[in-house]
Amino acid sequence: MAVGKITFTKTEREKLAEVLWLLNWISVVTGAILFGLGLFLKIEIQKWQEVMSEQGILYVPHMLITTGLAACGINYLGSKICLDCADTNKFLRWKLVMMPYIVCTFFFTACVLAGALMCYSIRSQLEEALYLGLRNTMRFYKDTDTPGRCYLKKTLDLLQIQFQCCGNTDYRDWFQIQWISSRYLDMTNSAVVDRVRSNVEGKYLMDSVPFSCCSTLSSRPCIQHNLSNPGAHAHYDEQSQQLNLWRRGCQQALLDHYTGTMQSIGLTVLLIWLFELLVLTGVRYLQTAMENVIRLGDPDSESEGWILENSLAETACYNFSIIKSLGKCYQVDDDPNINVPTAAADQEAPSAQVQVNVTS
Amino acid sequence: MALLKMKFSQQRRVRLAQGLWLLSWLAVMCGAFIFCLGVYLKIELLRRDEVMENTEIHVVPNLLMMVGLASIGANWVASRVCQDSLDASRFPRWKVLLLGWYAVALLLCCLLLAVVVLSYALQGRLEESLKVGLRNGIRFYKDTDVPGRCFQKETIDRLQMEFRCCGNNNFKDWFEVQWVSNRYLDFTSQEVKDRMRSNVDGRYLLDGVPFSCCNPASPRPCLQNQLTDSRAHYNYEYQSEELNLYSRGCRQALTDYYMGLMNSTGPGVLSVILIQMAVVMRYLQTAVEGAMALESPEGESEGYILEKDVKATYADVKAKALDLLKFAQVDPASEAAGAEEGEKADEATEKAATTAA
Repeated sequence: MAVGKITFTKTEREKLAEVLWLLNWISVVTGAILFGLGLFLKIEIQKWQEVMSEQGILYVPHMLITTGLAACGINYLGSKICLDCADTNKFLRWKLVMMPYIVCTFFFTACVLAGALMCYSIRSQLEEALYLGLRNTMRFYKDTDTPGRCYLKKTLDLLQIQFQCCGNTDYRDWFQIQWISSRYLDMTNSAVVDRVRSNVEGKYLMDSVPFSCCSTLSSRPCIQHNLSNPGAHAHYDEQSQQLNLWRRGCQQALLDHYTGTMQSIGLTVLLIWLFELLVLTGVRYLQTAMENVIRLGDPDSESEGWILENSLAETACYNFSIIKSLGKCYQVDDDPNINVPTAAADQEAPSAQVQVNVTS
Repeated sequence: MALLKMKFSQQRRVRLAQGLWLLSWLAVMCGAFIFCLGVYLKIELLRRDEVMENTEIHVVPNLLMMVGLASIGANWVASRVCQDSLDASRFPRWKVLLLGWYAVALLLCCLLLAVVVLSYALQGRLEESLKVGLRNGIRFYKDTDVPGRCFQKETIDRLQMEFRCCGNNNFKDWFEVQWVSNRYLDFTSQEVKDRMRSNVDGRYLLDGVPFSCCNPASPRPCLQNQLTDSRAHYNYEYQSEELNLYSRGCRQALTDYYMGLMNSTGPGVLSVILIQMAVVMRYLQTAVEGAMALESPEGESEGYILEKDVKATYADVKAKALDLLKFAQVDPASEAAGAEEGEKADEATEKAATTAA
């Protein structure tokens, strides 16, 4: 029992071929869009790659870029095939290629779906990468004289200004690291020496934050130092404290930014996937209809098209047995001559010889 | 003797028409680009409206938008003319308009040149406007509780961070202004009282700058206070410290930004294209008219820029202009001649009537 059987007249087949040609060209454009989206995502991730700990999330844009390029190629080939399929003579040229082409397109469509789902599932990995990356960047904020880390200060300052965030989860993260380099500390000053001695690791810790944490929405000039002691500043009330610095952590800000981007990209890729599925179904119908026409012999007659010749279960069993038999090609279990007892063969041989003696 | 005469066969006329059609669509694109440039410039000027004192500079984007729209229209007409030029039945209706088209193209070229000249000429006015606007912004930085001025702090902070600049001419402008509001000063502190007494107006002046002047590219954490005192900070030399704050003034930064936008090559390119189009159009017009006058429309015809040479054309144009001026005057000699002619005509009709009867 065929799955999704539809009967096509000659004009309907030609119409289908034309429509599929157009849809394939549109798919080439959507493939280019997919490529563009992958490239955009890659550039966005690389912009702030210094604050991310590992580059594992780059596989998402790479996937989108490769599927985009593959889409352009496959759909270009598909448009050529569909253009020729309207005519039975030209279809014979493509007959052998059609089945592999459809199988390829099916797997490629599955890749597009995988790409879309990846965009949605990346959040937890990104969270971890951002937490570790930001922690390291904040630790190396002061190392502007160490090669390989000298740009981290500028990057983190620009990040905090652009995304309006401060610290990893909170502005208090800055209280736990030394973000002023020792070369700007006057070690002869007793206050400095006391601070350095006051903790186990000998770090110069302060309850202050860098200037990039300052909020532009505050109605008073920015208070960066002595933040744990609100009484040290004149009229520093609760409302002033709320507005003084950026309240959001940079991990949250970047996470929101990237998940927003990836969700919109994921939605677009899902729509592209649906479109590709539609094109694949159309091509399958066209292929089966044209093959049936050739089988019937008359190019002008009606023919049937379907998605699967037998039901889903039967097709699955059939394909499974093909795969199984592929693996068995070197085994000889079916040979009837193996392991047959040799006694019968001995008995037969002498009787044949006796007969020969008598006649001669 | 025609000016720059060239012979055109049918083939060449067709090529000329096609080439001009392409050129006119290119000019439509350029016109659209000029319009978009005008819109973008206007939006950018409106965004920084709060630090500008007057809106004189807005004449440049307004003119760009007008010229862009006008050139889109004129060049679309030109493309229609080209399409119709090879069809003898449709071309004559454009003949009347072509003189007007030349005038419009010339006017557009002049306007584009005016835009380029204006953008340079108004640079001084822009700087003045920015100077006053920024000075007010810096003065009212602390007045976040005064309606009408409460946005100045945020505006100036965002401006300094976005354009990487500090103060009006440089960061020292902040030393002359009280940018910390009195409501955040502790009047019981001796230091505050000393500072306020140290100047005539009783203002709290600091040698410090707001946080938005800080340069993220500096290798050391930003120093905002006691900037003139080299001993106040460890390993700090006031005279030689360059990276700590932004060294550029905001007036210079904004002026450079707007001059860069206005001096883009758009108007120049479009005026060049328009001039080329006018020349080619003239050739096409004269060649097609010549072909239509011939017995065999497929044959060769001549195209030129001016029918006679420059002197003769100038004399012709002068005579025509004078004629137009004399049209309103009453000429006694011609009136008498006209009256005589009228009498003769009456006599002729009387004679005809009598002979008929």
